[in-house]
Amino acid sequence: MTIPRDFDAVVIGGGLHGCSAAYHMAHAGLKPVVLEKNVVARHASSASAGGVRRLGRDPAEIPLAMASIELWHSMRDMLGDDAEFRATGQVRVAENDQDMAKLAERAASVRALGYDHEVVLDRKQLRRLVPAVSEHCVGGLYTARDGYAFPYKATAAFRLKAEALGAVVEEGTGVTGVEREAGRFVVATNRGAFRAPVLVNAAGAWGAEIARMLGDEVPLEPVALMMMVSARMPHFLDPTVGCAGRPLSFKQMRSGTVVIGGGYRGRVAADGELTELEFRRLALSARTAADIFPIMRDATLVRCWAGIEGFTPDDLPIIGPSKAAPGALHSFGFCGHGFQLGPIVGSITAQLVTQGRTNLPIEAFRVDRFAGQAAV
Amino acid sequence: MSAINSGEIDLAVVGAGPAGLAAATTAAELGLAVSVFDENATPGGQIYRGIEAVAAKRGADFAVLGDAYRAGESIVRDFRASKAAYAPNTGVWLVQKDRQLGIVRDGKAGMVAARRVLIATGAQERPVPIPGWTLPGVMLAGAAQGLLKSAGMVPAGPVVLAGNGPLLYQLAAQLVAAGVKIAALLETRSERAAALPHLPAALMAGNYLAKGLGLIAAVKRAGVPIRRGVTELRALGCERLEAVEVAAGGRTERIDAALLCLHQGVVANVQLSLAIPLKHEWSAAQRCWRPVVDQWGNSDVEGIAVAGDCAGIGGAEAAAHAGRIAAFEAARALGRIDAAARDTHAASDLAAWRRHLRARPFLDALYPPAQGLVVPADDVPVCRCEEVTAGQVRDAVRQGGTGPNQVKSFTRSGMGPCQGRMCALTVSEVIADALGKPVAEIGTYRIRPPIKPLTVGELAALE
Ligand SMILES: Cc1cc2nc3c(=O)[nH]c(=O)nc-3n(C[C@H](O)[C@H](O)[C@H](O)COP(=O)(O)OP(=O)(O)OC[C@H]3O[C@@H](n4cnc5c(N)ncnc54)[C@H](O)[C@@H]3O)c2cc1C
Ligand SMILES: Cc1cc2nc3c(=O)[nH]c(=O)nc-3n(C[C@H](O)[C@H](O)[C@H](O)COP(=O)(O)OP(=O)(O)OC[C@H]3O[C@@H](n4cnc5c(N)ncnc54)[C@H](O)[C@@H]3O)c2cc1C
Repeated sequence: MTIPRDFDAVVIGGGLHGCSAAYHMAHAGLKPVVLEKNVVARHASSASAGGVRRLGRDPAEIPLAMASIELWHSMRDMLGDDAEFRATGQVRVAENDQDMAKLAERAASVRALGYDHEVVLDRKQLRRLVPAVSEHCVGGLYTARDGYAFPYKATAAFRLKAEALGAVVEEGTGVTGVEREAGRFVVATNRGAFRAPVLVNAAGAWGAEIARMLGDEVPLEPVALMMMVSARMPHFLDPTVGCAGRPLSFKQMRSGTVVIGGGYRGRVAADGELTELEFRRLALSARTAADIFPIMRDATLVRCWAGIEGFTPDDLPIIGPSKAAPGALHSFGFCGHGFQLGPIVGSITAQLVTQGRTNLPIEAFRVDRFAGQAAV
Repeated sequence: MSAINSGEIDLAVVGAGPAGLAAATTAAELGLAVSVFDENATPGGQIYRGIEAVAAKRGADFAVLGDAYRAGESIVRDFRASKAAYAPNTGVWLVQKDRQLGIVRDGKAGMVAARRVLIATGAQERPVPIPGWTLPGVMLAGAAQGLLKSAGMVPAGPVVLAGNGPLLYQLAAQLVAAGVKIAALLETRSERAAALPHLPAALMAGNYLAKGLGLIAAVKRAGVPIRRGVTELRALGCERLEAVEVAAGGRTERIDAALLCLHQGVVANVQLSLAIPLKHEWSAAQRCWRPVVDQWGNSDVEGIAVAGDCAGIGGAEAAAHAGRIAAFEAARALGRIDAAARDTHAASDLAAWRRHLRARPFLDALYPPAQGLVVPADDVPVCRCEEVTAGQVRDAVRQGGTGPNQVKSFTRSGMGPCQGRMCALTVSEVIADALGKPVAEIGTYRIRPPIKPLTVGELAALE
């Protein structure tokens, strides 16, 4: 069987960002191909905690997050599937007065930028939203229309809709090199070459390798972020909960299981594809969870895992045109918070391809901002 | 006997069945500091469960449980007399490649390091997904046998046994000896023709066949009605099991039942070895996964070995030999004996181990799991924890799922508390069948620790 080789765009990486870019381009009438070395959503986009969170974002990300939340709320219209997005809100809990002061300050600084989505909760308001929270917690910060979705399903939904619109997904197809030939990219893989005038680098934690093939140098560290999930518990929590003073991401799914994360790091195995857990650090995560939700003490853990995500030195992703290779675009290195941004960044990428511009500010994410810094 | 070695551990053994116990005793004799970890309260593993208590009482129980059970007595006695440390009631929820073990006991998680690790976690029963298998009153035969052994539980009401394999007959014989009336024994296909070529080897292997025939004879003598060539099984009932519907030879009948014991053979328990992960391969003969090991039990990860049924089903006697073989190799690897001494020490165990394994091809071929049970129809639940049917698995495949991990993400199959123990094989088989590919290409779930229940509080207490 011969496979088609010529497309309007080659997308490297079948995670959320690659699939979202493919969908938005297909929606705009282009025919992209997604090349994925493993299977779709093998890495960060299925390991993810799935938090759809604007709360606490870096100021540079707020405009994107504000635009993306609208796409999350209209996901079913857009894709025919809502990836089980539930807008149950996000809360960041303060365990003491100092942390509470920090949260109040944060809310003020976000308001100063002209946004009012982050709202301070006092002791009572916190308990109304999060009745199971431990006695010692003094208040929090809250965003109402945030929530969570199923990472794998979100990625699959973009993929299936993209395919329905004519995009092609090639799994088991790893990119090994990129060349230019007569105004087109010739992308070499273990299954032969694919050609297109446009290239999108959505290779996640491997994004710097693709960038290097294009001539762009980016310091990017692959990091294994750890998660754990409990057996089903009786319903006790609606919003997704974080913590001001300690790493935590905590949510009860509709099924009753509780998903706990927050950024504790495991190890990326030598092959770069598998992860190893660091249980002494996960124990800290367990302690935080049990401190803030005493009901969790007796919950049984059924599984712990880690997902590989690319981190940049300033904790912001790489989004936008390649410096060295005109026609190529980057969308990778989301530093552990790219899930919420998935819908909008794909749209930005498609806009850049079809119109050569985007109306959202992406200057802070340009690929050459680390120029001169030593690579990690 | 201390619970865990206070100093450095040369050999950490996971599992106190015949493989783990024989390994520990032998390694301790060779001067290794050995620690055995097992989730049960007493040593013996699956087959010799609770043997010390049963042996102390002697009496009727001992006869009920048969000769095979008695062989375990000396294995346990030798182990108790050895210098090996023994931590009962201790779950091993993690083994890392760097040979650190995560254990949980007395409500606290802990980590211990060892210079070598032997995984001897035994077998588990193959799940038998038939319509209605999730009803209360339907059990796997081994679980029923476990209750008989440990709690002396004797079922009330009509009992039906269904499936195939030696354990089914053994359970039947045990129930008969305990005075339980068996309403019917329903045997799914056995493949005499396919097994025949393996018969001579099996005859050479020892008393397996005699034992098997003896069991069948005892069951027949007791007048248990036996139906052969069963093609369809269905557990019926609303709140709980009321009857079993069985199709055989073109005829369907309904048999009242309060307890249905299902069995389709046992498979290697690879939960721990998959979680490390060690390299695994698909055994077409046993239709299950097993770690890839050499004759000494060495896996692809330095310092981690596997012995007994968790390396592929060989039975209790083979397990004990494999345990001793692995112990000699551990002593060599740690520099206590040289290769020549290891070869001399291990020679008779290696020979005996190979002899026992010769019976396997015959048993594997005689009692293959029935195709309809391995690849169930759409309406049959495959994942009990998350209530996912075979049809939902097929849907996920239609939506682009090409492997168990994607199907898991789509359907939540395998995400429940059993971590896929009860559905992994079925899900892989259903996907393979739907895509027309061999199971070996489909693979199995990535298993993640903790592989034994661990609470948030227990993990929080980890130092
Ligand atoms: C444990 C964890 C929890 C998280 N929690 C949250 C959260 O709560 N909220 C939030 O907003 N974000 C969260 N994130 C971050 C978010 O999940 C990621 O930012 C997002 O999924 C990244 O998507 P991606 O498409 O860039 O990367 P990926 O999903 O990793 O996709 C990149 C793909 O590229 C493929 N690839 C790489 N190199 C090649 C090559 N040479 N050829 C072909 N294919 C290649 C890879 O195989 C991979 O599938 C979390 C991440 C993790 C790991
Ligand atoms: C349900 C069942 C019933 C059986 N009944 C019979 C029978 O009646 N007659 C017969 O000849 N054969 C029987 N077999 C087969 C027989 O059990 C095996 O051939 C034999 O026990 C193998 O010995 P082993 O040492 O490899 O493993 P086992 O005897 O199974 O010992 C493994 C031990 O490891 C423990 N363990 C496993 N994982 C962990 C962990 N993560 N942490 C702590 N401890 C752990 C287990 O609880 C067990 O005690 C049965 C098998 C099963 C599954």
